[in-house]
Amino acid sequence: MTRGPHGGHEGPEGVARAWADAIAGTSFVPLKPGELVACLLGHTRRLAAILHGSEFDPAQARDVGVDLVSAHFTGAETLGRTLDVLGECLPLLVDARVTPDATRRLCRTLGALAAGYAAALREATIIEQEEIGRAVLLARCEAEAKLLASEKRFRAMFTEAAIGIGIGDLDGRILEVNPALTRMFGHSAGQFTGLNVSDMVHPDDAPDVWRLYEDLVLGRRDDFRTEKRFFRADGSIIWTHLTVSLVRDEDGAPHYQVAMLEDVTERVRLQSSVEHLAYHDPLTGLPNRALFTQRLEAAFETPIQFGRIGLCLLDLDGFKRINDSLGHHVGDALLVAIAERLASCCTAQQFVARMSGDEFIFLASPSTLRQLRELAERVLAALSTPISLGAHELRVSASLGLVDREVAQTTPADLMSAADITLYRAKRDGKGHYVAFDREYTDRERARITMSATMPRAIDDGEFFLEYQPLVPLCGAAAMSGVEALLRWRHPTLGLLGPDQFVGLTEETGAIVPLGRWVLATACAQARSWRAEFGDRAPLLSVNLAPRQLEEPDLVGEVAAILADTGLDPAHLQLELTEQAVMRDEPGPIDALRALDRMGVRLVIDDFGTGYSNLSYLSRLPVHGLKLDASFLTQIRTPENTAHDDELIMSTLVSLAHGLGLTVTAEGIETRAQLVRVRSVGCDVGQGWYFARPGTPESISSELRASSSTTRDALPAEPGAAG
Amino acid sequence: MRSDGLSADVEYDRPSAARVYDYYLGGSHNFAVDREMARAAIAMWPELPQIMQANRAFLRRAVEFLVGQGITQFLDIGSGIPTVGNVHEVAQAAEPDARVVYVDIDPVAVAHSREILAGDERTAVVHADFLDVDAVLGSAEVARLLDLSQPVGVLLVALLHFVPVDADPAAAVARYRDTMAAGSYLVVSHATQEGQPRRADEHQALYRRTSTPMTMRSRAEVAALFTGFDLVAPGVVFLPQWRPDRDEVVDDRPERFTGLAAVGRKN
Repeated sequence: MTRGPHGGHEGPEGVARAWADAIAGTSFVPLKPGELVACLLGHTRRLAAILHGSEFDPAQARDVGVDLVSAHFTGAETLGRTLDVLGECLPLLVDARVTPDATRRLCRTLGALAAGYAAALREATIIEQEEIGRAVLLARCEAEAKLLASEKRFRAMFTEAAIGIGIGDLDGRILEVNPALTRMFGHSAGQFTGLNVSDMVHPDDAPDVWRLYEDLVLGRRDDFRTEKRFFRADGSIIWTHLTVSLVRDEDGAPHYQVAMLEDVTERVRLQSSVEHLAYHDPLTGLPNRALFTQRLEAAFETPIQFGRIGLCLLDLDGFKRINDSLGHHVGDALLVAIAERLASCCTAQQFVARMSGDEFIFLASPSTLRQLRELAERVLAALSTPISLGAHELRVSASLGLVDREVAQTTPADLMSAADITLYRAKRDGKGHYVAFDREYTDRERARITMSATMPRAIDDGEFFLEYQPLVPLCGAAAMSGVEALLRWRHPTLGLLGPDQFVGLTEETGAIVPLGRWVLATACAQARSWRAEFGDRAPLLSVNLAPRQLEEPDLVGEVAAILADTGLDPAHLQLELTEQAVMRDEPGPIDALRALDRMGVRLVIDDFGTGYSNLSYLSRLPVHGLKLDASFLTQIRTPENTAHDDELIMSTLVSLAHGLGLTVTAEGIETRAQLVRVRSVGCDVGQGWYFARPGTPESISSELRASSSTTRDALPAEPGAAG
Repeated sequence: MRSDGLSADVEYDRPSAARVYDYYLGGSHNFAVDREMARAAIAMWPELPQIMQANRAFLRRAVEFLVGQGITQFLDIGSGIPTVGNVHEVAQAAEPDARVVYVDIDPVAVAHSREILAGDERTAVVHADFLDVDAVLGSAEVARLLDLSQPVGVLLVALLHFVPVDADPAAAVARYRDTMAAGSYLVVSHATQEGQPRRADEHQALYRRTSTPMTMRSRAEVAALFTGFDLVAPGVVFLPQWRPDRDEVVDDRPERFTGLAAVGRKN
């Protein structure tokens, strides 16, 4: 409410304050409270002067109205409240006695003020509306200018871009393309816009490209990237890195599509040449081992499709000789020529790679053994014609190992090793031919390979041990005159192995030397302990000596050392030698035998009668006995079944041996009939399962203890009962 | 409004906070949509014009205070339509050499400001988003008029309640703070729900119709914006309570003026 003069404020100041209170807050005026009152006081005085004026000129009050508007007293309520408060308060400033016509003057003054105010406000409103309207226009112009500049930039980008850009609608119609795209494809822009995206199919497109495209135009995805081939206008191929993006409208619905294409033809070409280098042999151009391995593994990844898979591993015979004698350039030229011939032997399902040096491999998938054999025949035939290299006319042959297996039952590594072993066999069996996979042979070879690899540490690991088989006199009552030490190998993966399974291998690898030394030392120590326990009843120790051991220059010294170490009397040791070992016409082994003989060690010929024996050596060598090979007894398992020739030979040999002062031991006695026979031909000692199987040292000790406490029949009642 | 300003579609078919504010202050720099919205707001909240005037009065007092503290350069962000009582008028009245850079996101407000300020070498207008700190501080106008190695008054008056929580206004404030020289001042006024929570909710709902929806903040939230500043007495208070003019009668119910005001000095 306004505070009038009734509130106690007198004079113009009171009016100005009442006025300020009345209009405060009706609009914003950037004045402090004190300034506001001061401003209105000025107006109040002007109005009072108009009212008092001797010449009444209400038009001056218009200016007060105009000034109020320009001071931003522009609120909707401002004028009404102003007229209210002034109508009430201004008469108090006027002396009605002095001023005639006071009421009329007041009305006209306020009317003039209101008219001035209204005119000024109208003017200000129009001006401000114009200003804001112009501001909108300016803002829009500026925005449009920016948009235009932006459009120009994008247009320049579109036109000048190095990558090809094309815009199409959702039906695939090509609407606009940039110059880069026309250059890439060799189409003009006009030709392009006549095309549809569906005209851009290449027969070798990745299968998912068109599905991705479909998803995109249907709005199921916003973009996709791929590498895609296109035909250029001239029919050549262009490889592109393609990005297609969907542009949506304001409501998110698919609107059109933008494709960006980068020409990657050179990169793809380079990539494929790098790939070619990585997977091909630079000399012959054939696939290399890496590609072969990849193909082999791939064939295994689709086993249902390919039932059987075949490998044919080929190695040239005597290639090293050609290389060495004619030089590497000839060798290389030869390999190139051979590679060509080998490649010509392949059928559609076959594939040849160069593995290394002069080794090639064929992969056949699917395969049958018949097809592999035919392949091998073709290869041998292809190589049978001499190869002309300049002045040289070269004949080459090759060995081939064929392996054909069911994919489901093998692995790539397994197949490769089978091929290796089979090729090795072809080489060993005479070259220039092929050998097909043989399961038993391969298993045996693998076992041999495993054994030779594991043998060196097997001695240290205690995998070898000895068993002892009794040697029994065939006349007299002694249960056991000797024992033969037999080597066993408890192999961690192959199981329990007998000497026939690995001794041959140990001789090849030379492992027999340390192994033989271990056998002799172990057996001698055992024999010595029997001597200690059983005295003269302790058995003679018989130990096998391999031919290779006989060649060791210090064999005699080692035997002597072992005997000294163990304290075994040389007379209690017997060494068994094979015919082949002693019959060699070399002085070394003979000298060793003589030295051993002088030392007091007994020497016997093992497996006698199996080779083409030259009997004359028997008289020249310091041997003490023969062990007849078990094969003499194989025909005599029962009394009825007797081979007369064998028996005649046997009895002749025994007579001959006895004539030369040699004892005769019969090995492999398994039946009573055999015992009767060997006894009848005069053999001195018997050995075999009929008496006892090889057993542990403890079983021998038990036997010896038992025979010391009871008088036993020399011949056990049941075969093997003592073993 | 796109942040890159690339839209030819200058919106005057939607109310604009700057033009609605002008209407509250008694101006005619507004369109029917603005007035319609302002009237709806006033119907709901009759004191609104007074609140806006109180805000404008706070701006004046704050600028005068800053000039009194020796500040001669100002960065007024969210300056809106320059009607009456603009920062440069207030500042230059006390210090004729005072320089002011106005910043607003509203292209119409910017165009209008440029018209009005054309020829005034000590003022300039930047069209930028408060949140795009680099665009504001990196503008040619700031480089031309302000020496940021010296104290500056940064005014965020009736601005931050238009910045939603997601946009993290505090982080932007911190970035301005980090470029301000020690001795600079930050001026903030901010709508709050404190005192009148129900009305505040309705008011926020109304402002969702504009291109600048509203987020009210509590006294503590406003105080938190001054991290790194020392609040000048009397701290965070309702608009009329901040250093009222001498012989000014502060309203007996200042919470009706649902805006908080505060000034801080960078330490």
